[in-house]
Amino acid sequence: MVENRPFLAFLTHLVLIAGVAVIVFPVYIAVVAATHDATAMSSGMMPLWPGAHLWDNLMLTLTHQTPGLPPFWVMAWNSLWMAVIITAGKIAISILSAFAIVYFKFPFRNLAFWLIFITLMLPVEVRIIPTYSVVANLGMLNSYLGLTVPLIASATATFLFRQFFMTIPDELMEAARVDGAGPMKFFRDILLPLSRTNIAALCVILFIFGWMQYLWPMLVTTDRNYYTLMMGVKRMAAVADADPQWNLIMASVVLAMLPPILIVIFMQRLFVKGLVETEK
Amino acid sequence: METKRTTFPSKTLPYALVMPQLLITLVFFIWPTWQAVQSSFLREDPFGLASTFVGLLHYQRLFQDPLYLDAIGRTALFAVAVTVLSMGMGLLLAVAVSRLVRSANAYSTLLLWPYAVAPVVAGILWWFMFNSSSGILPYMLSFFGVDWNHKLNGTQAMILVIVAASWKQVSYNFLFFLAGLQSVPQSLTEAAAIDGAGPVKRFFTIVLPLLSPTTFFLFIVNVNYTMFDTFGTIDATTQGGPNQATNILVYKVYADGFIGLNLGSSSAQSVVLMLFVIGLTFLQFRYVERRVQY
Repeated sequence: MVENRPFLAFLTHLVLIAGVAVIVFPVYIAVVAATHDATAMSSGMMPLWPGAHLWDNLMLTLTHQTPGLPPFWVMAWNSLWMAVIITAGKIAISILSAFAIVYFKFPFRNLAFWLIFITLMLPVEVRIIPTYSVVANLGMLNSYLGLTVPLIASATATFLFRQFFMTIPDELMEAARVDGAGPMKFFRDILLPLSRTNIAALCVILFIFGWMQYLWPMLVTTDRNYYTLMMGVKRMAAVADADPQWNLIMASVVLAMLPPILIVIFMQRLFVKGLVETEK
Repeated sequence: METKRTTFPSKTLPYALVMPQLLITLVFFIWPTWQAVQSSFLREDPFGLASTFVGLLHYQRLFQDPLYLDAIGRTALFAVAVTVLSMGMGLLLAVAVSRLVRSANAYSTLLLWPYAVAPVVAGILWWFMFNSSSGILPYMLSFFGVDWNHKLNGTQAMILVIVAASWKQVSYNFLFFLAGLQSVPQSLTEAAAIDGAGPVKRFFTIVLPLLSPTTFFLFIVNVNYTMFDTFGTIDATTQGGPNQATNILVYKVYADGFIGLNLGSSSAQSVVLMLFVIGLTFLQFRYVERRVQY
């Protein structure tokens, strides 16, 4: 800080406390709702202080089954799998293609790069129906493959690895070649270990990305055994118009949003690195 | 595009390495896009057996359709509102955090986590807060004489989705503004302070101009976010209603195509949106190129 101005310091904290309050408030309300029983919620006025029923509500959420939806743990399991497969798949295919693009000269190399680049411009939201029909024709509806593979192509991860490989000294590769290492040995024993932090940072970002998917799973799953949490909580909330069990809905919402939030909080350094680097 | 000074000599291996990525790209990105472009020029008969080439008919209809033109205006309003609100909040909080030393990390953690809240969950949270029967905000607003019902009032529905979409995006903007602020050279700020510039003047004459690359980058990312990633937010709150009041372009593509089954029009809408994303991406990458040189 350049100068000492007590009033400004006071203002700074005031702004931040107000900002944090605004940011935290909706989630606080959701958590409070998850701690009350049905009568407190339906009395007309939403309570502002936590009640004593959090445990009951969580247990009910985990055991009780909403009509039309699979059990909570099935959806949680699907969300987890979806996020894990997308993360692993994106990282695997991106690091391999970045390796090819940086360490080899081959015809159509530029074309390959541009094809990958184009995926940035074609978010799934703008080509919903044709992508759906491709997946349907391949018989991939209602499967983990259909849920994940169409989302796995990743220009940003490829760029990140390409950028990183370009910063690795050429001498490393030349030395490896002189010592008789083939390309795959070089990749496995030198590039992969060097990319460890980048991979970890990407894992954090991509897991969150995979967990948050909503539109795509909604389109490709009609079999409720493949529903994900994001779809599940949305449907619970939609049913709530008729018979609001807010305490249970909010308990599920809180559970559903917890994993990625915990990741951001406990892996903040990797999260920030991943976010800043993938967007460059 | 550059490679390394020396490369591996293999002729076939590189193809095997890029193959998985390219296959997925071709099958799930390029091919469906081609299909969308194609069917935007075709009309299918009701049984889906034959299709005739109709040229630009779908596009003509689209741009004469008052519903679609309204949706464009609405999307622009939504995008600008969310971008300004979330970037403004993000910048304010980043400036505040950057003034602190000891507590900066604690505040950052408290501000960053909403990034991990899915758009659809953000929608549910705010929908619950604004719920007219037991929600807390309508109750508070009633003291100011506001009768809140976003199921009937289009303006209120729009406010609801803007607030929900902005809330989630503040943390992203905060993070990038904070990184930008930390790269402003301390010596410049100190020199200005010695010359007698107060904190407000320093902010507007030194910090803000130096932040302009970050601001521009965030502007594009935020417009992209509001136009495409907010699908879940809309679907969880208003579903485009009431009476189209929150039906933004991306939701309309889904509603017309997947629910209304109007393939030609939905494809034409897809193509229009694609052109828009392509434009945004070019803007973003032109700017990134310049920043790399700088």
